[in-house]
Amino acid sequence: MRKLLVYLRGYGKESILGPLFKLLEALQELLVPLVVAAIIDIGIAQRDTGYILRMCLVLIALGAVGLASAITAQYFAAKAATGFGKGLRHALLAHIQRLSFAQLDALGTGTLITRMTSDLNQAQAGVNMTLRLLLRSPFIVFGAMAMAFTVDADSAMVFTVVIPALSVAVFVIMLLSLPLYRKVQAKLDTVLQSTRENLTGVRVIRAFGMEAGEQAAFDARNDGLMAMQKLVGRISALMNPVTSLLINAGILWLLWRGAIRVEAGLLTQGAVVALYNYMGQILVELIKLANLIITITRAVACGNRIQAVLEVAPALTSPAQPPAEDAAAPAVAFEAVNLAYHTGGDAALADITFAAMRGQTVGIIGGTGAGKTSLVSLLPRFYEATGGRVMVNGVNVKDYPLAALRAKIGVVPQQAALFSGTIAENLRLGKPDATDAELWEALALAQATEVAQGKGGLSATIEQNGRNLSGGQRQRLTIARALVRKPEILILDDSASALDYATDAALRRALGQLPQTMTVLIVSQRAASIQFADTILVLDDGRIAGMGTSEQLLETCEVYREIYTSQLAKEDAPHG
Amino acid sequence: MADTTKTSGFMRRTLQRVLLAAGRQRGLLGLSLSLASATVALTLYVPVVIGQAIDRIIGKGNVDFEGLAQKLLIITVCVLLNSALQWVLSVVNNRMTYQIVRDIRRQAFARIQRMPLKTLDAHPTGDVVSRVIADVDQFADGLLMGFTQLFTGATTILATLAFMVVLRWQIALVVLCVTPLSLFVARFFATRTFRMFREQSAARGEQTALVDEAIGLQKVVQAFGYEGRMLKRFDAVNQRLADASLRATFYSSLTFPSTRFVNAVVYAGVALGGALSAVATGGLFTVGQLATFLSYVTQYTRPFSEITGVLTEMQNAIACAARIFEWIDQPEETPDAPDATTLAHVRGEVALQDIAFSYAPPKPFIRNLSLTAAQGQRVAIVGPTGCGKTTLINLLMRFYDVDAGAILVDGHDIRTVTRGSLRASFGMVLQDTWLKSGTVRENLRMGRPHATDEALIAAAKACHAHSFIKRLPQGYDTPLEGEGASLSQGQRQLLCIARVMLLDPPMLILDEATSSIDTRTEVKVQDAFAKLMQGRTSFVVAHRLSTIRNADVIVAMRDGMIVEQGSHAQLLARNGFYAKLYNSQFAP
Repeated sequence: MRKLLVYLRGYGKESILGPLFKLLEALQELLVPLVVAAIIDIGIAQRDTGYILRMCLVLIALGAVGLASAITAQYFAAKAATGFGKGLRHALLAHIQRLSFAQLDALGTGTLITRMTSDLNQAQAGVNMTLRLLLRSPFIVFGAMAMAFTVDADSAMVFTVVIPALSVAVFVIMLLSLPLYRKVQAKLDTVLQSTRENLTGVRVIRAFGMEAGEQAAFDARNDGLMAMQKLVGRISALMNPVTSLLINAGILWLLWRGAIRVEAGLLTQGAVVALYNYMGQILVELIKLANLIITITRAVACGNRIQAVLEVAPALTSPAQPPAEDAAAPAVAFEAVNLAYHTGGDAALADITFAAMRGQTVGIIGGTGAGKTSLVSLLPRFYEATGGRVMVNGVNVKDYPLAALRAKIGVVPQQAALFSGTIAENLRLGKPDATDAELWEALALAQATEVAQGKGGLSATIEQNGRNLSGGQRQRLTIARALVRKPEILILDDSASALDYATDAALRRALGQLPQTMTVLIVSQRAASIQFADTILVLDDGRIAGMGTSEQLLETCEVYREIYTSQLAKEDAPHG
Repeated sequence: MADTTKTSGFMRRTLQRVLLAAGRQRGLLGLSLSLASATVALTLYVPVVIGQAIDRIIGKGNVDFEGLAQKLLIITVCVLLNSALQWVLSVVNNRMTYQIVRDIRRQAFARIQRMPLKTLDAHPTGDVVSRVIADVDQFADGLLMGFTQLFTGATTILATLAFMVVLRWQIALVVLCVTPLSLFVARFFATRTFRMFREQSAARGEQTALVDEAIGLQKVVQAFGYEGRMLKRFDAVNQRLADASLRATFYSSLTFPSTRFVNAVVYAGVALGGALSAVATGGLFTVGQLATFLSYVTQYTRPFSEITGVLTEMQNAIACAARIFEWIDQPEETPDAPDATTLAHVRGEVALQDIAFSYAPPKPFIRNLSLTAAQGQRVAIVGPTGCGKTTLINLLMRFYDVDAGAILVDGHDIRTVTRGSLRASFGMVLQDTWLKSGTVRENLRMGRPHATDEALIAAAKACHAHSFIKRLPQGYDTPLEGEGASLSQGQRQLLCIARVMLLDPPMLILDEATSSIDTRTEVKVQDAFAKLMQGRTSFVVAHRLSTIRNADVIVAMRDGMIVEQGSHAQLLARNGFYAKLYNSQFAP
C-alpha cells in the first residue's frame, strides 16, 4: 500500500492542510468544557449575566470556527482522495495494457476488473477517511485527557485508566467479531451457491426428482448462516454496554474524587462539570477510531492487492530498433518451436517446424486442445515460444519492436468480440486513419457489407459485447476489422464457426482473391474450411501429426483421414 | 399526484407484508419494544442523577458526602441495569431479524422448487439470486434494524424533551425552537448527498462498463495496438468519475460538521438559558441541572441524523422487500391431481397427438404436431436453431404443459400421471452439462441416492467415465466445485451420461452437444450414448451425423412444425427440406 501513496503526489497541500484543519476543529471541541466551567464558576457564582452572555457567544463562535475548519478539511480530504483514485486508476490500466497474455491469463480478467473497480474505490475511501479522521480521533481522545489534566491533574488520573481499558474493550470485541463476520460471509456464500445451483440446474433437479433433498440441503445451510449471524450478533452487541459501563465507572470515580477535592477547596464545582464533560467526549471518538481502523485495514488490504498487480513486471521485451528483414526468407517460419504455458507443465506445443512463403495459405486442423490456437498465438507474440524460433520475414519475432510486429498481423480471434461504439470505430481499431472507402472494401471482403448496411451504415451503434448483433454478424465484422489493416499476415482462428454454409463458402472464395502478398493462416475444426490450403498442418496433442496438401494427407496421415471421413463422409458428401 | 398515491399504496401493502412476517415473531417484537423503552428511559435518567450528584458538591467545605454516596449508588444500579438491558435488546433484535430473514429465504427457495419452469425461464438467474441474497439482506438491515433504530431514536427525542420540560420548561422551549433547524439541516444534506451519490454511481457504472471492455477484451486491444487510444477514452471517463466522486464525498462529509454546528448553537442556547435561570432563580435551578441539560443536548441531535439516515435506507429496503415478495407471490405449479396415476413398468410407447404450444400466447409456436415412437425406437430430431427442438424436450418432461392436444406415455395422458413418476421414466442428458457441487459419487447417485458402489462403478465403466474418475485426486470422492469447472466438457458429459445409466430409465431424452470436443473423448461419448439407447425409447436432438444415420425415425422441424419424417435414406431421396438441411449443416 505504501508505494501507492505516490499517487497522492500533486495533492501534497491538500493532504497536509486537510488533517490540520481537522485538528483545528477538534481543538475547538476541547475548549467548550472550559468555557462551560467558566460560566459556572464565574458567571453563575458571581451572578454576572453580561459575562454569561459573552461566554455563550464564545461557544457559538467556537462552533462556527469548527464548522468552517471542518468544511475546509473535508474539501481538501475529498480532493486529495479522488485525485489519488483518479491517478491510480489511470496508472493501473496503463500497466495492465503492458502485461503479456500469459500474465493476463495468470491474473485473470475477473480479478483485474475487481482491482480496477471495487478495490480501487475502497482504497480511495480509505485515503479519504484517513485524511479526515486519523488525526482527529486520537487528538480528541488524548486532547480530552490533556485538558482534564490542566483542569485537575489529580482527578484526571482516572483518564489514564479509563482510556486504555476502553481501547482494550473496543479492540477485543472487534477482534473477536471480525473473523466471525468473515465466517458469516462464507456461510452466506454457501446459501448463495445453493440458490444459484438450483436455478441453473432446475431441469436436472426436477428430472431426477431431487426437489425435497435440495430443500433440506438449503435449509441446513440457511440455518447454519442464521446460527453464525446470531453468534456474531451476541458478541458485537457487547460493544455498547461494555463501553458505557467503563465510561460511567470513570464518571463515578470522578464525582467521588472531585467531591473530596472540592471539599478541600482544591477544585470548583465548574471544574467537576468540565471533567465530567471531557469523560463524555472520549467515548464517541474512541468508537469512531476503532471503526476507522477497520476501514483503513480493509483499504490497505485492497491497496496491497492493487500494488501486487502493479508489481507484476511486464514480461515482454521490445527492442527499439526495427530489424533488417530478408525479402527472400519465408514470410512465416517455425523452427523446432516448443510452448509450455506453465514452467514444468505439459507442453502445449512440441517440436513444431514449418514454413510458408509470402502469399501462401496455411490450414491448421485438429481436435479441441490440439494446440491450434496456441500455434498462431506465437506469431504476434501473444505468447512466447519456450523453445525454438518463430520467424517472420527471416527475423525472429523477438527482435521486432512489439508494435511493429503486431502492425504486420491481422488477427481474427475465436471469440468474436466487439467494443461498444460505432461500426466505424470498431473497424478502425487497428488503423485509426483508414478512410471510409477502405472500411467498405474490408466489409465487402468479409461478406459483411449487408451487416453494416442493415444496421444503418458505418456510424451505426454497436452495444456492449455486440449484443445487438448475431454471432455470425459479429464474426464477419471481426474479419473485416482485421482486413482493414491490410496486414502482411492474416490469422483466422476458427473464425467461420458461426457462419452459415453459403456465407462461409463466399468468404472462402473472397479470401482466395486476396492480394498475393498476404500470407494467411486458417485455424479450423472443419476439414472443408482448410482442404484447399497450400499446406495443411494436422495437430494432435501439440505435435504435428501430418503436413501437406489434402490429397497427400489423405494418403499419409491417419488423424487427418479420421477427421476428414467423419466430416466429409465420402459416400454421400456432395462434391463441390 | 396519482403517482404518489400509487407509490404510497404500494409502500403500504409492502409494509403490511413486512408486519405480517414480523407478526410471527410477535413475542420478540413486543419484548424488543419494551426493552428499547426501558433503555431509553434509563439512559436519560442517569444524567439527571449525575446532575443531582453534582449539586451535592457545591464548594469548599460544602459537600454532602452522604447524599453524594446515595446518588452514586443509584447511578451504579442504573448503569448496570441499563448495560444488561442493552445487551439483551441487541440479542433480541438480532434473533428477530435473522429468524425473519431465515424464514423469508426458506420461503423464496421453496418457491423455486415449486414454480413452473415458465416463471423460472423468464427470470435471469442473477436476478433471482440477488433477490434471495442481496435484497433479503438489504431488507433486514433497512427495515428490521431500521425499525428498531427508528423506534429508539423517536423515543429518545420525545423522552429527552419530556425530561427537559419537567426539569425546566423554559430551557426545553429553547431546545424545541431549534429542533426544526436540526431537522432541516439533516434533511437538506440527506437529499443532496443522495443526489450526489446517484451521480457518482452513474459515473461508476459508466467506468465499470469501459473497464469491462478494456480488460475483458485486453487481448484484442493489444493485438490491434489500441492501448493508447483506449487509455485516452478511459481518462475522459475517469475524470468524470473523479469530479462526481469529489462532489459526493464532499457533500456527504458535510452532514456531520453541520449537525455539530447546530448542536453547538443549541448547546450555547441551553448554557445561556441555564446559567441565566440559575442566576434568576437564585440557585433554585442548580448547576447540576445545567450539567444534565448540557449532557442531553450532546445526545439530542444524534437521533435526528440517525432517523434521516434510517428513513432513506428504509425506502430502499421497501423496494427490496417488494422484490422479494413479488418472487414469493409467484403462482406455484398446479399440483398433481389427487387421482393422478403413478407410472410404473413403463414400456416406452410415446405418442404426441396434434399438440400446440406457445411460450407467449397468442403467438403460436408449436402447431399441429403429431409423432409416435414405438417401444425401443430411436427418434432423431433435427432442424435449424429455434425450430422447437428444445421445446419438445420441455413438453415431454412436462416442464411445460401443452396448450392443445395431448402427449401419451403407454396410453396415459401425461397430465393425468404424477410429475415425479413421469420424470423418473425418462433419463435426460442435456447439452448444458449441469453438475451439482458435491463429490463425483454424489453426482452419479443423483437419481438413485441408495445405489450400491458396485452398481455405480459398473455404470461409470459402461460410460467410459471410470478411468478418468479414477485419475481424479480423490477418485469418486473428489469434490466438484463450481459445477464441475475443473473437468473438461467431455468429462462432464460422460458423468451426465453415467448418472442416467445408473438410473436405468425406460425412456431417454438426449440433447447432443453442438460444440465439438476432442476426437478421442467424442468417440467415448458417442459409444456411451449408443449403449444408453439400447432397448430404450429415445428422443435425441441430434447434431452428429452418426446419430442421425442410426435413428429409426428422423423428424425434421422448422418453425415449430414437423416438415418431414422418415429414415435418413428416405428423406435424402426425397431431396426436400431435410436434404438441404443435411447438406448445409452436416456436410461441407
